[in-house]
Amino acid sequence: MEKLIISPAPHIHSGDSIAKNMYGVLIAMVPALLASLYFFGLGALIVTLTAVAACVLFEFLIQKYILKSEITIMDGSAAITGLLLAFNLPSNLPVWMIIIGALVAIGVAKMSFGGLGNNPFNPALVGRVFLLISFPVEMTTWPVVDPLATTYLDAETGATVLGILKEGSASLPAISDMIIGNIPGSIGEVSAIALLLGLVYMLIRKIITWHIPVSILLTVAVFTGILYLVDPQTYASPLVHLFSGGLMLGAIFMATDYVTSPMTFRGMWIYGVGIGLLTVIIRTWGAYPEGVSFAILIMNGFTPIINFYVKPKRFGEKPKKA
Amino acid sequence: MRTFRIGGIHPAENKFAAGKKIKTAAIPKQVVIPLAHYIGTPADPIVKRGDVVMVGQMIGQASGFISANVHSSVSGKVVKMDVQLDASGYKRPAVFIEVEGDEWLETIDRTPDIKRECTLSKQEIVDKIKAAGIVGLGGATFPAHVKLMPPPGKKAEVLIINAVECESYLTCDHQLMLEHAEEILVGVTILMKALEVNRAIIGIENNKKDAIQLFKKLAVNYKGIEVETLKVQYPQGGEKQLIDALLRRQVPSGTIPVEVGAVVQNVATTYAVYEAVQKNKPMIERVMTITGKDAPSPGNYRVRLGTYLSSVVEEAGGIPEGTGKIVGGGPMMGRSLMNLNIPMAKGSSGVVFIREAESIRKPVKNCIRCTKCVTVCPMGLEPYLLMAQSERNMWPEMETNRTMDCIECGSCSYTCPSNRPLLDYIRFGKSTVGGIIRSRTSK
Amino acid sequence: MITMSIVLISLITLGVIGAVASIILFVVAKKFHVFEDPRIDEVEAALPAANCGGCGFPGCRGFADACVKSDELGDLFCPVGGNDTMSKVALILGKTAVAQAPKVAVVRCDGTCEHRPRYNEYDGVKHCFIAHNLYSGETNCSWGCLGFGDCELSCEFDAIKVNPVTMIPEVDDDKCTACGACVKACPKLLIELRKKGPKSRRIYVGCRNEDKGHITKKACDVGCIGCAKCFKVCPHEAITVENNLAFINDEHCKLCRKCVEVCPTNAIKEINFPPRKVKTEAVLND
Repeated sequence: MEKLIISPAPHIHSGDSIAKNMYGVLIAMVPALLASLYFFGLGALIVTLTAVAACVLFEFLIQKYILKSEITIMDGSAAITGLLLAFNLPSNLPVWMIIIGALVAIGVAKMSFGGLGNNPFNPALVGRVFLLISFPVEMTTWPVVDPLATTYLDAETGATVLGILKEGSASLPAISDMIIGNIPGSIGEVSAIALLLGLVYMLIRKIITWHIPVSILLTVAVFTGILYLVDPQTYASPLVHLFSGGLMLGAIFMATDYVTSPMTFRGMWIYGVGIGLLTVIIRTWGAYPEGVSFAILIMNGFTPIINFYVKPKRFGEKPKKA
Repeated sequence: MRTFRIGGIHPAENKFAAGKKIKTAAIPKQVVIPLAHYIGTPADPIVKRGDVVMVGQMIGQASGFISANVHSSVSGKVVKMDVQLDASGYKRPAVFIEVEGDEWLETIDRTPDIKRECTLSKQEIVDKIKAAGIVGLGGATFPAHVKLMPPPGKKAEVLIINAVECESYLTCDHQLMLEHAEEILVGVTILMKALEVNRAIIGIENNKKDAIQLFKKLAVNYKGIEVETLKVQYPQGGEKQLIDALLRRQVPSGTIPVEVGAVVQNVATTYAVYEAVQKNKPMIERVMTITGKDAPSPGNYRVRLGTYLSSVVEEAGGIPEGTGKIVGGGPMMGRSLMNLNIPMAKGSSGVVFIREAESIRKPVKNCIRCTKCVTVCPMGLEPYLLMAQSERNMWPEMETNRTMDCIECGSCSYTCPSNRPLLDYIRFGKSTVGGIIRSRTSK
Repeated sequence: MITMSIVLISLITLGVIGAVASIILFVVAKKFHVFEDPRIDEVEAALPAANCGGCGFPGCRGFADACVKSDELGDLFCPVGGNDTMSKVALILGKTAVAQAPKVAVVRCDGTCEHRPRYNEYDGVKHCFIAHNLYSGETNCSWGCLGFGDCELSCEFDAIKVNPVTMIPEVDDDKCTACGACVKACPKLLIELRKKGPKSRRIYVGCRNEDKGHITKKACDVGCIGCAKCFKVCPHEAITVENNLAFINDEHCKLCRKCVEVCPTNAIKEINFPPRKVKTEAVLND
C-alpha cells in the first residue's frame, strides 16, 4: 500500500450487507415454497417463476432505461418482492395477470419512490391488492390441494377457510390440515409450519426481531379469543384464525419488511397490534373474507407517524435505583 | 452474567496479543513529548531549549481545569520546542528531547517491591495524582484527578474499575492485570481512600478468565473490593454502560456518573495511580499493544511517552505486508494514523494494523430501514435519523433527538448493512450542535 | 316539478353560502389588512432575485424590506447586483447608495497535487466539513484545501469548481457574485472576498498556513513561510505578517507587484496581469 488510508472510526465492519439480509429472507421462504410446490404442483411453479422473473426483469429495465441508475437486482430485494407476490396469489392465476401485478409492485410501489429503502408501502402487497381489486374473481378462486398436481389454469377449485367462515357454507377443515397446509389458499400462505420454520431461521440469523410477528399473532389470538369466548357460535376459535388465511405469511414475511415497518421496538408493538386488530376487524365484520394485506398496508401508512412519535428507550431516561 | 441493558454489539475479538508478556521497549534516541492530549488545553512548557532534564522531571504545567502536567520520560537535553503531528491528525505543540543516558529523579522508587500502606490523606493523594499528570488511560485521556473531586453536593458511593477492555485486538490492560494484579489492587484502595468510599467493583469481561480468577483470589485480602464478571459486549468499557452493567443505574442524559454515585477509573489508570502515589513515579510510560491480523509478532510493550511509534513498531517486527490502514487505539474508536512518525501519547493504547482489503469502506447504499442501528445503539438513539438530519443541517431537531448523548462508539456504522457512514455524520452534527449549545449558554 | 325544486333549493343554498362567505371575507380583509409599503415590491423587482443571502438577509424580499425601512443605504449592499442594482434601488427610494468596489471570491490555497504531495488517502464521507472534523487533511499541511468541494456545493451560481486535476477549487470571475456562500462553507476558512480590481487584476497571498516556515516549506512548495520579504518591499504598507503568514490588504494594495517578485515560494499570486517583461528590466523600470 503506497498511501495509508485515513478514515473516521470505526475501522472495522460487521460484514453485513443488504444482499446478505435479503438472501437470508429468501432462504427463510424456501420451506414455504417447497410446501406450496408439493400442495399445488405445476401451477405453483409457474406462478412463482413468473412473478420472480417479472419482478427482477422490471427492476432491471426500470433502473437501466428509465432511472439510468446503478442496477441493484443482485441484492435480492426484487426477488423477494416477486416471491412474496407469488405467495399471495392463487396457483391458477393467468401469467399475464401476474406480470401486471409484478409491474405494479416494482414499477409503482417501489421504483417510483426511489427504489429500495424509499417505498412507503410493501411492494408485493401493493401488487397483490391491485390484482385483488382489478380481478376479484380470478384472485378469489382457489384451487383445492392436489399434491404434485400437473394442472394449471384448469385446476379444481374450492373455498378457503376464511371463505367458509364468511359464507358459512361448509364445515371447516381440521386444524392439523391448516397447520400443515392441506387447505385451499394462495400459494405461500397455506402451510403454517413451513412459514414458522422460516421465522425461526430469520430470528436465528438475526435478520428480523421477534417483535412484529409476535405482536401481530398475539393480538389476533387475544382479540379472536375474546370474541370466541363471547359467542363461540358466531365467531371462529383463535386457532382457526391463527392458522388460516394469510396471517402467518403476513406476520412473518410481509409486515416485517424492513422498509415499511417502524424503527423502534415500541413502534413495532404499536404497528403489530394495529395490524392484528385491523385483520380481525376486516375478517369478522368486513366485506372481504381476508384482511391481512389491507391491515398491513394501512399500518404501513402509519409507520412514518409511529417513527416520528415513538422513540426508542433512551439511555438514562428513567434512572432506576439498584 | 451481567451486561448493559440497551444495545451493544460483539465484534470478532482478534486478541492476538493476549497472554504475551509485557516487553519493555528500548529507549529511543529522541523523544517528542506532546503537551496536548485529546481532551483539554495543552500544558504550558516550563523548560526551554538547551535545558537538561531527568526522567520524571516536569516539563509542562497544566493550564486550566481540564489539563494535565507533562513529565519528561527520558533524561537528556531539550533540543527544540515545536509542533508535531500527533494521533489527532493535527500538528500540536511538543517538546523534543535528545536522549542522554537514563538518569531518573532520585525521588522515584524504582524497586519492584509492592508497597501496600498508604498513610496520605485524601487531599494529599489527589494532589499527588494531579502532580503526576495522570489521565484516563482508556483513550479519552480525561485528567484522573478531576474525577476524584466530585462537584459540591455530590458524593460518590462506589468506585468502579474499568477492566473491561471491550475493544477488539487490544490486550494491554489484560496483560497489565495479569502481571501487576497486587499493584492494581493497592491502587484501588488508594482511589477508594481519595474518594472516601468503602466499596469498589472491578468489572472484567468474561474473555479474560485468567484475570478474573487471579483478581477473585487476591481481592479477598482487600476489604470492600468486589470482582464482577461481565458478558463480552461492546461498548461495555463506556463509562455509562459499565455503570449500568454493574450497578443497574443509568446516568441521566447530560450529567456525569457521580450523579448516580459512581466514579469510574480505568485499570491502567489505577496502576499509574499506584505508581504515582506509592512510588513517586509520574506518568512517563504506559503499556500498549502492537497487533493486527498479519502482525509478525503481536505483543504488549511498555513504552516511554514521546517515543515515535515507528520505533516501537520496528521492535515488534515492522509494518506487515499489505497493511492499508494503521489505527492508533482500538479499531472501533481509535483514529487512523497518517503515518508512524507520531509520538506515543498518554492515550495511545495500541497500534492495530488493518489489512488493505478491510480498510477500504464498501460503497454506500440506500438506508433500508432495517432498524439494526437503532437496535445496537447503546444510548438508545436513532442513528439513521440523526445522520439524515445532519446531512440536512437540521441542528435543532438533532438536539431534540438527543444527539449530544452519542458516545461515538461506532456500533451503528459497524453494523449497518448498507455501509452508511452514520457516525461520520453524527459526529459532525454533534460538534455543531455542541457549539450551538455552548454559544447559547454563554449568552 | 321535483327536479325543479331541487335545482332551486341548491341554487338558493349555494347563493346564500356564497354571499355570507364573501361578506366574512370582506370584513376580515378590511379588519386585518396589513399595510405594506408598495416600494418593497418595487425594490424587490429591481433586485436580481437570486435569493442567495449574500446580503445577510433571508432572500431578496428581506433585503428589499430592510432597504425600505433603513434611513441610509450605507451598510446595505447587494453583492450579486452590484453598484448598478444599488443605484436603481437608491433611485426608487430616493436615498443615496454608497458605491462599493466589486468583489470576487479568491481561494487562498494553491496546494495542488504537484506542490503539496498527498501522503494519505481519505476514505470517509467525501465532504470537507466531515474530513475537517477529524483530520487536518491528506497532506502534511493542516491549513490547506481538502479538495472535497463543499464550496462547489454551496455555490448557487456555478462559479466555483474543484479542478479534478489539481484538487483545488477555481473561481470563475465572471460568474462569481461575491455572495459569500463559499466563504461560509469552507471549514478551513480559505476563501476570502476581495476587491475584483481593475481589469480583474488582483494580488493576494495564496496560503493560510500559520505554521513556522520550515514546517510549511516541508508540506508545500508554495506555502507562505512568513519570511516577511514582501512586508519589507511593499511601498504602500498593504502587507502585514502575523503568525508566520502574510496578508495583503486590498484597500491599500496598489497592484505594483513588487511583493510577487520577492516571494521565495511563489505564495503571492497575481491574477490577470499581462505577461511580465524580462525580470531585470522590470526591476530597473520600477
